[in-house]
Amino acid sequence: MPIITYREALNQALREEMARDDRVYLMGEEVGVYNGAYKVSKGLMEEFGENRVVDSPIAELGFAGVGVGSALAGLRPVIEFMTWNFALLAIDQVVNSAAKMLYMSGGQFNVPIVFRGPNGAALQLGAQHSQAFESWLAHIPGIKVVSPGTPYDAKGLLKSAIRDDNPVVFLEGEMLYNTKGEVPEEEYLIPLGKAQLKREGSDCSIITSGKMVLVAMQVADLLAKEDIHIDVLDLLTLRPMDVGAITASVRKTNRAVVLEEGWEVCGIGSQVVDYIQRDCFDDLDAPVIRVHQADVPMPYAKALEKSAKPDVAKTIAAVKQVMYR
Amino acid sequence: MATKKRTDAKSASDPALDREMLHSMLLQRRFEEKVGEAYALGKIGGFCHLYIGQEAVSTGIVGQLRHDDYVIGTYRDHGQALVRGITPRAIMAELFGRIDGCSRGKGGSMHLFDRNTNFLGGHGIVGSHVPLAAGVGFAIKYRGGDQVIVCFMGDSVVNIGAFHEALNMAALWKLPCLFVIENNRYGMGTSVERAAAVDDLSKRALGYKNMDGIIIDGMDVHAVRAASAAAIERARTESLPSLLEVRTYRFRGHSMSDAVSGTYRPKEELEEYTRLDPIFSLKAKMIADRVMTENDWDALEQEVAATVLDAWDFADQSPEPPLAALYEDVLVDTTS
Repeated sequence: MPIITYREALNQALREEMARDDRVYLMGEEVGVYNGAYKVSKGLMEEFGENRVVDSPIAELGFAGVGVGSALAGLRPVIEFMTWNFALLAIDQVVNSAAKMLYMSGGQFNVPIVFRGPNGAALQLGAQHSQAFESWLAHIPGIKVVSPGTPYDAKGLLKSAIRDDNPVVFLEGEMLYNTKGEVPEEEYLIPLGKAQLKREGSDCSIITSGKMVLVAMQVADLLAKEDIHIDVLDLLTLRPMDVGAITASVRKTNRAVVLEEGWEVCGIGSQVVDYIQRDCFDDLDAPVIRVHQADVPMPYAKALEKSAKPDVAKTIAAVKQVMYR
Repeated sequence: MATKKRTDAKSASDPALDREMLHSMLLQRRFEEKVGEAYALGKIGGFCHLYIGQEAVSTGIVGQLRHDDYVIGTYRDHGQALVRGITPRAIMAELFGRIDGCSRGKGGSMHLFDRNTNFLGGHGIVGSHVPLAAGVGFAIKYRGGDQVIVCFMGDSVVNIGAFHEALNMAALWKLPCLFVIENNRYGMGTSVERAAAVDDLSKRALGYKNMDGIIIDGMDVHAVRAASAAAIERARTESLPSLLEVRTYRFRGHSMSDAVSGTYRPKEELEEYTRLDPIFSLKAKMIADRVMTENDWDALEQEVAATVLDAWDFADQSPEPPLAALYEDVLVDTTS
């Protein structure tokens, strides 16, 4: 099976879906002539032309709205945000337009749109460029939120997101674009709304998504050497969340660590823990522990930044805490 | 102005059109007066923004669109919806929060939608829908169609970022959009002079190439129709956007909860504009032109009153949405 980068996997998904359906187009800053700020759209303008790979002005609110409007009129836009930090300027279009249209029109106008781009911190980009917004976005009824951590998942989920008749928020990662993994040549789709067990183990569940899946897998590898076997559950879709997969894992291991990239307060992990306490109260052998970013804006200085981020060491410590080891 | 001349010629020669426009405006007026009554009786809740005084704008513009064109607007959307052809019954039922409403009772006054007439809503966030209009224009051009999108907005919108981002892209990409500012002189209670650092709002168009900026007398339905006809043609045949500043006036408060006049506008100003009432101006002109009699007018009033009463009765008898509808329409079901 070919091994490709996460970036290439997204590029393949875009190329295949644009070839499949001429209503699909890509719009965003630098997606065309520049080949993408992170090269996700490399070669697409050459292949599909400037009508379907559209360089926008730096105007997130405006072009996100153009995307929603075009979807109301029958197109299937993929809107690229250079990062989700900049998408805050467009949040009105995501929350008030895309997420509300079907409901407030009484079911008449759906918005088949994908808002995608990197989410969360990279390296030393400072406070305004290093934020993980998945819990903000997943809070909103009327949209789906997807957060793949591997090239295989990125491709299969992006294809499904583009084909979905609903607004889908698709969270990537600057630190993920260069990561590699196996991606088959034949076409495949990964359904939205389904979690995936990335590693089976009976001692403790780590429930996570996105970039943190890579951390969880490293933790599982390291702890296996200590004869601690981790169930790594990759949520893949944060809304709607696969509650059944969470409870199945926790009922098996009776212990859980919830690992996320974002901040603690009202984070994605808060919701996961709520599902666990509601459905697995009698199954738990220890309180659930959450691992997350320090509750501060991201600092620039290298050591401070490292200290702020959730990582392997913090996750291992959390697993040992729930295992009373 | 060239357009003005064409207007006068056309109006004098087309009594059928005059009657149609008079009917269109009067229906809006009497419908909304009834809405005011229903609101007072508690049959309509929430925010409700009446259009009374501005009817020439919707009639003049929407009345000449093609069936496959698109209309999008603000929370002050009853008038445009009526002219676009959403039935008075479906609109009244929506205002009453009933299942037969045009948005199945889920939208309310501010969110009228209708797929059959490409009515893309009433939108409640000031400025937010202007980029949506540019997006519809983008889709039209993407498909190589010759439809147009008309985007209604209030005067306060010209000061918000979304407006400028949308106009920039519409001009840059030559999108078939009419951006219609209904300048009723007040954004809620703040006058244009106190909010916009520009004297003529249409001058906002000067910042963008390919964008025409036009000032139109919004109390004169013929002027509105003629000037917008040129802009519609420009959008349809050349795929070029226009910014229309239609100078109008609302005879009621911003919404149902504030006074018609008071702290922010003097009573005398309201009275002055009331004398320019677009409906009674057209009526007077038609009687002077001898294309209508007082008896014809009375008959028109009776016809409109019957339509409005029928809408009320229909809405009143329409059931409330079943509670099961609460969880419907959040997402399109993609499980099948």
